Amino acid sequence: MPATSVAGHNTDALIVLSGDCGGIVVMPKLNLNRVEMPRQDPIARGKNFNEVALGYTPEMAAEEAERCIQCPKRPCVEGCPVSVNIPEFIKALREGDMPEAVRMLKSKNSLPGICGRVCPQESQCEEVCTLAKRDAPIAIGRLERYVADWEQENKQAVESPTSDQPEPTGKKVAIIGSGPAGLTAAADLVKLGHSVTIFEALHVAGGVLMYGIPEFRLPKAIVQGEVQYVTTLGAELVLDAVIGKIDTVDELLANGYDAVFLGTGAGLPMFMNLPGENLCGIYSANEFLTRTNLMKAYLYPEYDTPLGMGNRVAVIGGGNVAMDSARCALRLGAKAVYIIYRRSEVEMPARREEVENAMEEGIIFKFLTNPTGFLGDGRGWVSAMECIEMELGEPDDSGRRRPIPKPGSEFVIKVDTVVVALGTTPNPLIASTTEGLETTRWGTVVADEETGKTVKDRVWAGGDIVTGAATVISAMGAGRKAAADIDKFLRSN
Amino acid sequence: MYKILSREDLAPNIHQFEIEAPSIARKAQPGQFIIIMVDEKGERIPLTIADWNRENGSIFLVFNVVGQTTNKLAAVQVGESIMSLSGPMGLPAEIDKFGTVVTVTSGYSVVTIVPVVQALKEMGNRVISIMRAPTMDSVFGQEHLGAMSDELIVTIGDNSCNGEPNFVTEPLEKLLKAEQIDRVITVGPVCVMKLVASVTRPHEVKTIASLNPIMVDGTGMCGCCRVSVGGKTMFACVDGPEFDAHEVDWPSLMARRCTYASNERGWSQYRCLDCAQW
Repeated sequence: MPATSVAGHNTDALIVLSGDCGGIVVMPKLNLNRVEMPRQDPIARGKNFNEVALGYTPEMAAEEAERCIQCPKRPCVEGCPVSVNIPEFIKALREGDMPEAVRMLKSKNSLPGICGRVCPQESQCEEVCTLAKRDAPIAIGRLERYVADWEQENKQAVESPTSDQPEPTGKKVAIIGSGPAGLTAAADLVKLGHSVTIFEALHVAGGVLMYGIPEFRLPKAIVQGEVQYVTTLGAELVLDAVIGKIDTVDELLANGYDAVFLGTGAGLPMFMNLPGENLCGIYSANEFLTRTNLMKAYLYPEYDTPLGMGNRVAVIGGGNVAMDSARCALRLGAKAVYIIYRRSEVEMPARREEVENAMEEGIIFKFLTNPTGFLGDGRGWVSAMECIEMELGEPDDSGRRRPIPKPGSEFVIKVDTVVVALGTTPNPLIASTTEGLETTRWGTVVADEETGKTVKDRVWAGGDIVTGAATVISAMGAGRKAAADIDKFLRSN
Repeated sequence: MYKILSREDLAPNIHQFEIEAPSIARKAQPGQFIIIMVDEKGERIPLTIADWNRENGSIFLVFNVVGQTTNKLAAVQVGESIMSLSGPMGLPAEIDKFGTVVTVTSGYSVVTIVPVVQALKEMGNRVISIMRAPTMDSVFGQEHLGAMSDELIVTIGDNSCNGEPNFVTEPLEKLLKAEQIDRVITVGPVCVMKLVASVTRPHEVKTIASLNPIMVDGTGMCGCCRVSVGGKTMFACVDGPEFDAHEVDWPSLMARRCTYASNERGWSQYRCLDCAQW
């Protein structure tokens, strides 16, 4: 098959793509110029918590939407964990029918403003986009964000979700946790006519979307807008409600709830058990991010929660949470911020985009480096971190090459703040207070992959509590599957 | 929102609030705590549940005004509300038939220990309570604690743990020498609990301290309250707040508790004796 353009910038040529049935499909005027989304300047944004990515203008959105070829195979929908009607919302968008674009999007995704910002589209819908073969997939995430933001600003233009009230079923469902899994399950179930109560342990709903992901990546007003959408649909939200402490899951089931969905996430931080790890100035990423995002320490002293941040910050880990922590530290005024990662750049689990953002902003990456201990300043505070260089050996269970310490390569980095971002496990509170749940040795709750059903009668689970720390969208997908199965169960009983 | 039903000023800067919180009141057990957030811009801080009234759906909190949050809290009047209250957090106090139990408290924990003493009495223990107040004028809670205990020893002295906390350790030492003590429970400033542990250690009497590190969420999520106990890192919010006082790494706890002390006006008078932080 001859390719007429390999550069990826040919907008006028007649492009020939291979057909799937052996034939040849001729596509006129294939536009391979992906419209970039404007972002804050790297130097300027390193000093504020405003959103980095600024969103499309209407013209940009129209231009990008115009590129979609509306291919009949719709691989993007297959690539989406919640099967958003991607070609349809893009079609409505380019026809200028924004209310219809919103309806199309929201019929499958209750939290588009969030997904448009934090989904790893590059490994989902955009990865399988027909134009991805030409290295120019439609910027589905950016378009999704554009439509969602348009709705936030033009709420009255879209028909109220309550105008189409479902027939009440009289069944009651308790949703534990108001993160992406819980919110999605709640929205789906309430749309199906069930009475839904969401119990949230913290003083504000949203879970990891509020305490974990920073303002500059996901503005909290956007999250609260989506939470409000779910409550407007009719779900009841109870804050400050620590299930397992006030009522247990068994008490909820005994006191009128017909089903329970567990979406309590993976909230327990992992430490390394290294010498000196309890010195002041050493934080779990959870604490560092919770103080910064949920409690708004970046606005201290207007807000009361402080964050003892020094000038030289080391963030240990290579995932998105590590990137978020490092970028928060920079914005909080650190002079030097290091990412300490024991493998090399290619093995980093963080999204490429976030790594690039961090590099652009001046975060210093120390690859193939592992901490071995922390030194104190004599007053109980951390003053330095002992490290050892690593080299990569044979692949391990995860398929990535195993890092091995290089003998004699020990060295010390002077730091006054350390953030440990090595992952999280589910909080054992629910499992330890609920009779008959099955858990794995990692503390995750065992649930059917397709239905979210646990081994306990009338209890479903989904999101990080089942998979361990994963993505917002996979949690939403799990919430959706569980909601469907809960609905099936409630209707047959 | 959680309404303040009544308030009592127990001593200068020490206040007791009764707050409407039915779901917490229904489940509260001796030794548990709540996380409180006064308003939208507030911090989340832990306070021990001093008492509860299941019928009224209320809980009682006692606090000492030391920093921003407790100052804000002290300004809330009866009929007004605070934004967030969650709990009951932590494991309940371990209550069993131990024999003779000595409790050692200082400051407002004289009030928060009462439900523990009551539960110990209900299990048939003999309870001797030692309490300390800085001056004669600032003694409070002695009637209630005395009524619950078989014996009450009140010691007076100094204005904080900055000086000489041996006011509580002297009577404790005497008791340990004079009779068979099966368990000591201590609640109070970190340096008082540390000293109690050092006094009981040579006597090999099991000693429990109810720890009060800095917390944020109170559900095991942040690890801010981590404390080394017997060489293992524990989270006071979910694994505690009670721990074996002989196993606690006190210097580390002291330093961590003062992480933000320099941010707080007037904190200096609450510095712990021998704390490396200072």
